[in-house]
Amino acid sequence: MTVRMENTPDSLHDVVILGGGLVGITLAIALDAHGLTSAVIDPASPATTLAPGFDGRASAVASAAWRMLGAIGVAARLEGQGCPIAAIRVTDGLAPGGLVFDPAPEDGAVGIMFENRRLRRALREAAEAAPNVTLFTPATPAQVTRDADGVRVMLEDGRTVAGALLVAAEGRNSPTRAAAGINVATWQYDHAAIIASVRHEHPHDGIAHEIFYPAGPFAILPLVDDAEGRHRSAIVWTVAGKDAEGMLALGDRGFAAEAEKKMGGLLGAITLASPRTTYPLGFHHAARITGERLALVGDAAHGIHPIAGQGLNLGFRDVAALVEVLVEAKRLGLDPGDAQGLARYERWRALDTFMVAAATDSLNRLFGLRGRTAAAARRFGLGAVQRLSPLKDRFMAEARGETGTLPKLLQGIAV
Amino acid sequence: MNASTHPVTPTIDPAEAAHFGRMAADWWDPKGSSAMLHRLNPVRLGYIRAAVDTHWHGNPDTFTPLEGRRALDVGCGAGLLAEPLARLGATVTALDAAPENIAVARAHAVGQRLTIDYRAVGVETLADERFDLVTCMEVIEHVSDPAGFVAALARVLAPDGLLILSTPNRTPLSRLGIITVSEGLGRIPKGTHDWDRFIRPEELAVLLTSAGLRVTDTTGLAFSPGRGLVLSENVALNYLVTAVADSGSS
Repeated sequence: MTVRMENTPDSLHDVVILGGGLVGITLAIALDAHGLTSAVIDPASPATTLAPGFDGRASAVASAAWRMLGAIGVAARLEGQGCPIAAIRVTDGLAPGGLVFDPAPEDGAVGIMFENRRLRRALREAAEAAPNVTLFTPATPAQVTRDADGVRVMLEDGRTVAGALLVAAEGRNSPTRAAAGINVATWQYDHAAIIASVRHEHPHDGIAHEIFYPAGPFAILPLVDDAEGRHRSAIVWTVAGKDAEGMLALGDRGFAAEAEKKMGGLLGAITLASPRTTYPLGFHHAARITGERLALVGDAAHGIHPIAGQGLNLGFRDVAALVEVLVEAKRLGLDPGDAQGLARYERWRALDTFMVAAATDSLNRLFGLRGRTAAAARRFGLGAVQRLSPLKDRFMAEARGETGTLPKLLQGIAV
Repeated sequence: MNASTHPVTPTIDPAEAAHFGRMAADWWDPKGSSAMLHRLNPVRLGYIRAAVDTHWHGNPDTFTPLEGRRALDVGCGAGLLAEPLARLGATVTALDAAPENIAVARAHAVGQRLTIDYRAVGVETLADERFDLVTCMEVIEHVSDPAGFVAALARVLAPDGLLILSTPNRTPLSRLGIITVSEGLGRIPKGTHDWDRFIRPEELAVLLTSAGLRVTDTTGLAFSPGRGLVLSENVALNYLVTAVADSGSS
């Protein structure tokens, strides 16, 4: 109880966010844009996370998520730093043919490719400029308490952060989720993804490639040219789990040569532009994404195969839905930790995350099959995916009832 | 207008607070015996918010539309409505006939760091206090003299004030839905309601008019299988009424 005595009312935040990654910090900025206060707690120091070598990954920001970043004032900070994906070309190995996903002109780009470090920097700057965001970075939570009155996080340095709702945005191994006793369904693929940025001879023309090999997909995602005008792309190379170590042990030049071979000379000569990192592939899905005064967002709630580049976008969609729920609740005088609001968030996100996880999983399994018949099935399957989308949309809209509406932020408008 | 005769901050005995704190945990448990009220709360708050914004020409996007206004919640129970009204900026007084409800409400408000003037008295006992907003949710069907009760509500309403009531309708549907199904299945504690005392919207309108008020809106509260409790044109189950002082000019 002494903990509570230390808090004066003005140290109470509407939301206490554990985890200052891309999703956690976006949530804080979006809440600020609507006048809700938040505290962001993350053990990592910004000096570390913003360093060039920290995160070589790149993310496709889907058009709906991009509209949200526009509505909360982040997009302006990313002007010219992203590469719009003009089309996605999907092929079965290097066989000719395949499919081109070409968005209708009115739909604009499929998404925009950003290096994660650029997203991180823009979000950090936006958060620092946001009057309703308090950053506790670096700070490590020592004790987290949730009860009927509120949430309190005691930090290792002795400070206490109090609020009405706790949001876990800690990533796939969320300790808060584990402490809440929320079960997670996990599926481990026997594969790892090797991720790197490469420079290449020929321009990519904004085209993303998904080349399916028996071991898994090899994705080439267009990035903006570097300061010297050299063409760049991010690659996501799926390899069998047992081969990952060997691939990382290769010298830079050896690795680039292997990658060039996999790309079939598509973009000409290749050199490495970033350190390589490897991530085990799997998907996980929390049985619940809410608890008493608790909501999970991003990878803490669900992680999916990166094949379709939807992981971060799912997190952004969590943010959009949660912000709408919290803003509307506050306009009714309801406590941000109110169970009715959390129930609404849970219903709103449940079907979407499950559908996306299931769809990407089956897509990946389809391409994990070997042999000639399988290749034919894949070509057929690719067509099915294309046809599936409107059908899926309709089914989802019907099944969701009141929750079928797209969060306002994803339509680019404030709540 | 003078509240000085009433203590604003109750003195809470720690042992008593702990006792009622435990009770509050059940009252305020969204899955406990008041689960139905918890689910109803966002819906009726949505109605109140819209009525407030319409009446005082407020912006629906703000968080404190009741800033600078005095609100009275009659029949407040454990404070499910009084607390949101306080968060919306109102200076809230809340009444309940049962002292144990008031004690639970006080303990909970302390945990929420809200200042609410809770009193275990009836609205009739208020002398010269006037309120900009008076709410009375699911209460009138329980009182012995509805006409006298409505007159007392009208009396404490400020000249430019807003009165919002909700109550079950007296229809075969409400008998089935509220008594047979909800109480029968234990969704609402058994014996909460006496159907014969339920009031029809037109009967309530007569009571309000007789008390010098003018009804400006009547909205139903219906149950939708897909979306739960929703505001509706259908008043057969339960309904909300907004009334204002009748200036005599209309």
